[in-house]
Amino acid sequence: MSVDDLDLAILRALQRDATQTPSELGRKMDLSQPAMWRRIKRLQDSGIIAGRALLLDAQKVGFGVTVFLGVKLATKGRVSLEDFERTVGAIPEVQTVEHVLGLYDYRLRVVARDLADFERVLRRRIMALPGVGDVEANVLLSEERLCGPI
Amino acid sequence: MLDSDARAILRQLQIDPTLTVPELAARTQLTVGKVARRLDKLAQDGVLLGQVIVIDWAALGFAVQVSLRVTLDKTQARAFDEFITAARLVAEVIEIQTFLGRVDVRLSLVMRDLPHYQHVYRTRILTLPHIADIEALMTVASVKSDRALPL
Repeated sequence: MSVDDLDLAILRALQRDATQTPSELGRKMDLSQPAMWRRIKRLQDSGIIAGRALLLDAQKVGFGVTVFLGVKLATKGRVSLEDFERTVGAIPEVQTVEHVLGLYDYRLRVVARDLADFERVLRRRIMALPGVGDVEANVLLSEERLCGPI
Repeated sequence: MLDSDARAILRQLQIDPTLTVPELAARTQLTVGKVARRLDKLAQDGVLLGQVIVIDWAALGFAVQVSLRVTLDKTQARAFDEFITAARLVAEVIEIQTFLGRVDVRLSLVMRDLPHYQHVYRTRILTLPHIADIEALMTVASVKSDRALPL
């Protein structure tokens, strides 16, 4: 799908605040409410807007620790990647799973209440997964999201 | 900490942030008034920060996603601040995270293709200040990405 500058401006605005209605956005960008609605719908239907996400303060809801884990599979070829992916994806504390190329096979984003809780998740859940070898942990200190090349 | 009503509301909203107050009330078996008051309170307390769209960068033509793990030269007192300030100006960077561990900073980048990546890497990344070491991980597939908290 081809996108023009106005589409990109809409994406930027919704990246900051997706609760804006088509009529509010339309007023800001000098477009009628139905025209804005059609533009947003087109971006959704094409899959460019993949969904909406709620922003919560993780600390305030009780998740004080976020850790990124680099996981290397110990027995490549013998362990089924599908099995690993399905099991790791089912762990509630695991927020994201990426299959990567480089130093590690998978990159996981894990949340926990505190370091003791993280140790529990790591030992009982992650290390117990089929085929897990080397694991590197980095504790998240700060995070910012940018609007990207649009 | 959250009580069970707030937790029930946020669980539903994490699944679908576009749910209206009456829809939320029906799903949580709370009254409309109660849901509305709890949402106001959660926003006021800074628990509920808002809602954003999730962009599928590949669908937008940015097919290559790379994670750069950067180690900084910590003998420079202002290494973190100066590196991050400069990294914010690189258009292709969509995420900046700092860590305690072997990695100091991670940059997440999206590019159209590998030549585009090579160009950005050479002209914009290697020129960032105070880099001691960089490792690149290329994302092959995103297996799970909902980012929901296990409330």
